[in-house]
Amino acid sequence: MTSFHWAIAGIWGLLIVASIIVFTISKRSAKDVSELVQRTQSWWVMIGIFTVAFLVNPVISIIVFGLISFLALKEYFSMIPTRRADRRVLLWAYLSIPIQYFWVYDSYYGMFAVFIPVYMFLFLPFASLISQQTDGFLKSVGTLNWGLMLCVFSISHAAFLITLPPVTDGGAGGPGLLLFLVFLTQFNDVAQYTWGKMFGRHKIIPGVSPNKTWEGFLGGVGTTFVLAVLTAPLVTPFSLAHAAAIGLIIPVAGFVGDVTVSALKRDLGVKDTGSLIPGHGGILDRIDSLTFTAAIFFHFTRFFFY
Amino acid sequence: MLQKVFYIFIKIAVLFLLGLNVRRKELLPDTGPAIIVANHNSHLDTMVLMALMPLDRLKDIKPVAAADYFFSTPKMEWISEHVLGIIPVERSGAKKSVDPLQGCYGALEQNKVLILFPEGSRGEPEKMIDLKKGVSYIAERFPDVPVVPVFTHGLGKALPRGSWLLVPFFCDIFVGDAFNWTGDRASFMITLQERFQTLSKEKNFASWE
Repeated sequence: MTSFHWAIAGIWGLLIVASIIVFTISKRSAKDVSELVQRTQSWWVMIGIFTVAFLVNPVISIIVFGLISFLALKEYFSMIPTRRADRRVLLWAYLSIPIQYFWVYDSYYGMFAVFIPVYMFLFLPFASLISQQTDGFLKSVGTLNWGLMLCVFSISHAAFLITLPPVTDGGAGGPGLLLFLVFLTQFNDVAQYTWGKMFGRHKIIPGVSPNKTWEGFLGGVGTTFVLAVLTAPLVTPFSLAHAAAIGLIIPVAGFVGDVTVSALKRDLGVKDTGSLIPGHGGILDRIDSLTFTAAIFFHFTRFFFY
Repeated sequence: MLQKVFYIFIKIAVLFLLGLNVRRKELLPDTGPAIIVANHNSHLDTMVLMALMPLDRLKDIKPVAAADYFFSTPKMEWISEHVLGIIPVERSGAKKSVDPLQGCYGALEQNKVLILFPEGSRGEPEKMIDLKKGVSYIAERFPDVPVVPVFTHGLGKALPRGSWLLVPFFCDIFVGDAFNWTGDRASFMITLQERFQTLSKEKNFASWE
């Protein structure tokens, strides 16, 4: 077993421990904890899918991230106001997903980095004006572009990690970096939530997300920082300084991503972005942090190592 | 057989391209006699309601649709009858001697589940129009048959009238509690209208201009 496999085994270990704790709480607690149980069950499914994708083939991982982008974009388009005149434009936006993930598969960094922010962002307004309906044109262009940014461009950075070669002989390379990013981002979500539930007192941004507290935020940052420093040697080429820096960047960026999607939901008057993942809500509720951490982590890594 | 194969494809397409958020699926009747009453925005309405049924129940689920559209050509007629299992209804009332709803009565007597769209037309996507009263005649004749209201949203965005281009959207399917014949047609229609109102207010839907 390589250290990469040990890392995956460790995640399963954590999941099993967490499941036992949740099971014990559900047996003892008089309160309704069905949502917590559902959440845990969904984690089994999600971690299962990722483990299979990681162990079988990088191409499977790229396809899984492409599907995540598709589902997230579909969720986004379904919850925002859209114009009937833009149906074709939405279809073009969906079509950018296979193309963007093809650049990932092809490791074609130059095109990967500009395809959406240059070509799609220039093309979509043009596709939209063909219908000659200028009422709501600006709003439409703005919302569609931001949807591509969050759901496709950002998330595809996570997938691009997997194509990166090992920095040192025998290093875990791309799969290790991807595992590190996804694990820390998702763990940070859980850690901030748990700290907040247990010790949360002082609201951090009540106008956007009334359940977020300073205690949750700082507790999460601390826990994720420790975990980043401990696990970086297993799956990344990071030195202690790199690991410490990214151990702060991931939880802070993750928090910002989380509250950004919260602000969007609050504006639209919805509680969840969807109902795809039992106990969690929609897929955007699950990957909200990743929409910020993926691109930032990718460029951090690229700047120092590639 | 043909119908099953067709709906296996539809089930996959509905699951992947659309994605459904179904509330209270257990209230959807798959054994008759029963009447499912839904709002109508798209050809997908029937497809989606049928896709929610178990495959081996499909032969007993009967969508009711306009004869002038679905039985307009021999090809359409064959598909409508053998694949979609449609019961035709004359919208214009051309043949006055025959009750246009005769096919519906017959199906309920054979313990089928009817799917009715009392708006009568898909109309403007995601806008409900006044309900046609045909459904109340059926309920009057079968006062013990449960009527199940179903409100759908999003299907008219995915495939509105006048377009063959399917654009993926998540769609909501809200199934309401069954109710029975209320005693007279006017109050029955009011009850039905109110049920749709309640279901449509369960969620803040994104606007669609």
